[in-house]
Amino acid sequence: MDVLTLARIQFGATVAFHYLYPPLSIGLGILLVVMEAAWLKTNNPIYHQMARFWTRVFALTFAVGVATGIVMEFEFGTNWATYSRFVGDVFGSALAAEGIFAFFLESGFLAVLLFGWDKVSRKIHFFSTCMVCLGAHFSAVWIVVANSWMQTPAGYHLVTHDGVTRAEITDFWQLVFNPSSVDRLFHVLCGAWQAGAFLVVSVSAWYVLKNKYTDFARASLRVGLTVGLIASLLQLISGDSSARGVAKNQPAKLAAFEGLYNTESNAPLTLVGYVDEKDQKVVGLQWPGLLSWLVAHNTQATVTGLDAFPPQDRPPVEASFLFFHGMVGVGFAMIAIAALGCFYSWRKVLFEKRWLLWILVFSVLGPQIANQLGWFAAEVGRQPWIVYGLMRTPEGLSAVVKANVVLTSLILFTFIYFLLFAVFIYLLNDKIQHGPDDADLTRSGKLALPTELTHHEKT
Amino acid sequence: MNLDLNTIWFILVGVLFTGYAMLDGFDLGIGALHLFTKDDLERRTLLNAIGPVWDGNEVWLVTGGGALFAAFPNVYATVFSGFYLAFILLLVALIFRAVAIEFRSKQPMRWWRQMWDIGFSVGSLVSALLIGVAMGNIAWGVPIDAHGEFAGTFLGLLKPYPLLLGVTTVALFMMHGAIYGLMKTEGALHDKLRGWAMNSIIFFVICAAITTMATLLYVPHMAARVRENPWLFSLALVNMLAIANIPREFYHGRDWKAFLSSCATMITLMALFGVNQYPYLVFSQPNPDNSLTIYNAASSEKTLGIMLIIAGIGVPLVVAYTICIYWIFRGKVKLDRMSY
Repeated sequence: MDVLTLARIQFGATVAFHYLYPPLSIGLGILLVVMEAAWLKTNNPIYHQMARFWTRVFALTFAVGVATGIVMEFEFGTNWATYSRFVGDVFGSALAAEGIFAFFLESGFLAVLLFGWDKVSRKIHFFSTCMVCLGAHFSAVWIVVANSWMQTPAGYHLVTHDGVTRAEITDFWQLVFNPSSVDRLFHVLCGAWQAGAFLVVSVSAWYVLKNKYTDFARASLRVGLTVGLIASLLQLISGDSSARGVAKNQPAKLAAFEGLYNTESNAPLTLVGYVDEKDQKVVGLQWPGLLSWLVAHNTQATVTGLDAFPPQDRPPVEASFLFFHGMVGVGFAMIAIAALGCFYSWRKVLFEKRWLLWILVFSVLGPQIANQLGWFAAEVGRQPWIVYGLMRTPEGLSAVVKANVVLTSLILFTFIYFLLFAVFIYLLNDKIQHGPDDADLTRSGKLALPTELTHHEKT
Repeated sequence: MNLDLNTIWFILVGVLFTGYAMLDGFDLGIGALHLFTKDDLERRTLLNAIGPVWDGNEVWLVTGGGALFAAFPNVYATVFSGFYLAFILLLVALIFRAVAIEFRSKQPMRWWRQMWDIGFSVGSLVSALLIGVAMGNIAWGVPIDAHGEFAGTFLGLLKPYPLLLGVTTVALFMMHGAIYGLMKTEGALHDKLRGWAMNSIIFFVICAAITTMATLLYVPHMAARVRENPWLFSLALVNMLAIANIPREFYHGRDWKAFLSSCATMITLMALFGVNQYPYLVFSQPNPDNSLTIYNAASSEKTLGIMLIIAGIGVPLVVAYTICIYWIFRGKVKLDRMSY
């Protein structure tokens, strides 16, 4: 294989593996804030037990997320050096901001979140949890800003020094609020909240089914389902808004998502189907006019097809179509599952519906699959560009790197990541089997003396 | 030298990497010494000495890399693609270090803990060595072509001088880690660590002496600026006094003062490195005209200015809460059920 293919596989594989973890950190971060807030407000020790249990799971996902994340930062330089020279002025700034505003915050306060239970007061601990959660969200902000700039570049101009052209910032806020960043950020965050919420839902449903830790599981399940339903519904709004943004800013990408070869009005939306690339058509169940309506809120609106772009500027259609439709399908399934769960929970019959509990156990896979497919769709749909309209993917490669070294590192990372994944699953399963700690129901350390603590805080 | 934005960013990137050395240096040092303890309780105590903070310490490297990318993208691109295998090895070492800390104490089996102990220790050792070798290559100079691309090979990076700097870095971090360990332990483990600290101080002093000699003899450009500006010799003097003060404080059992001296040693070493390197970021050897400098490798003035604002808002905040967190976790390590 050539360097280009290997470098693309390597980046795709390492980033896909990495992206199993940050959404969990972001999502669990929100849930930890909710649980600790509930504990602070109600003093009910079950929320303390919950926060302690999910903190341990959080620590596990965070560690793997950090370890695999640093690889991404290095890979821009190792494999995509020419790209790095071209975008460093713009993209590098967002990455540096991520380090300063997000990673320090997250990892600094993580110390208090994990190890500070008996060292600081409840309120300080809650504050630290909020800061970790905020840091996790900031990291999403800056990396999505950087990636969105690659999708819809703004706030830059091209400057040539010594025959080498690069992008330089003209307006920082235009760069940050480029046409797609807000929509995509919201979309990514909703996906992350879903990932965290459904992990909690899944584990709790399992406990309910097995009649273990029942009080803990029921309370966790309610928290998880509520956050999960809210996130899934917000995701619907966000998805709609994102897709309209894609139609406006990256029409070739939208056309590939929908397999729309010809520019047409009354454009149909494919509900299920596949793309026949040879005959340039979509086979499947279509709803006429729905795509036009979604894009412009008018069934007669014209939607740009792939025919508006020369063949060398078109993304791979079939892959984009499948990834996109897979994501949307899973997204709707998550809404249905969460809504059903919440409905039965409200009717107080959820714990009798074993079939639904079993679905909830497996629901943890849904957001993970949708998040992965969504990123595949976003990045494959951007092809053949590495920076949309400015630089083609092959042009971004490192000039001095040979195929054999990329292959070596690819094999090495694949091996290590499989190992890490196996260990992660093993330890996660172990934590789940071990369950919440009953010792967390009794106050210990500083928490044992709430009255003295309040006095201490005042002084 | 005038204090333009490029110079300020040269200093800031240096500050970030110095912060990394001072903070993650002791984590890596504790890791390098890890296998010397055989007892599980002692290993756990040392792991938990760095437990709450190692993660934040590693962020200095991540942010340093990000700042390099943003401020000097050509250096970032040339060095990372040129030192490809070295960086991949560093990544693997850092991955194993990170997950080993998190995973090790999650299971009681002996083979399990032994496996991650080795991962933690070897990962730390290799990370320290590679960081030193990279610094050594930057100091010695690497072949750069007319397009600013690296024109050497991986084996070409393993010259004696960079390797010497690699070993010196390992020694420095081991000493730093052992002294940090002294501050966080008590009783029998503290006594044991005193022995290691003693040995690693000797190890480091020998390495530092050899490196200084080798630099003066074989890498004259790394002493040129001090030679031209005799007042800068004060920096070298402070460095030597800081090194000399480590065994003194250690002898009197003032652990935290020994630790501060070790930090001062790192700061002055990095300052000497920066002063002599300036304005080069990557010195080109054998053709100095192709060197990457703080001007030909930099981002635009505008971007450097924006980044300065970001750093001006972010760095004081980071320093403030980092100090708070170290304050919360001050004192000797006490294992509890949340510990590693």
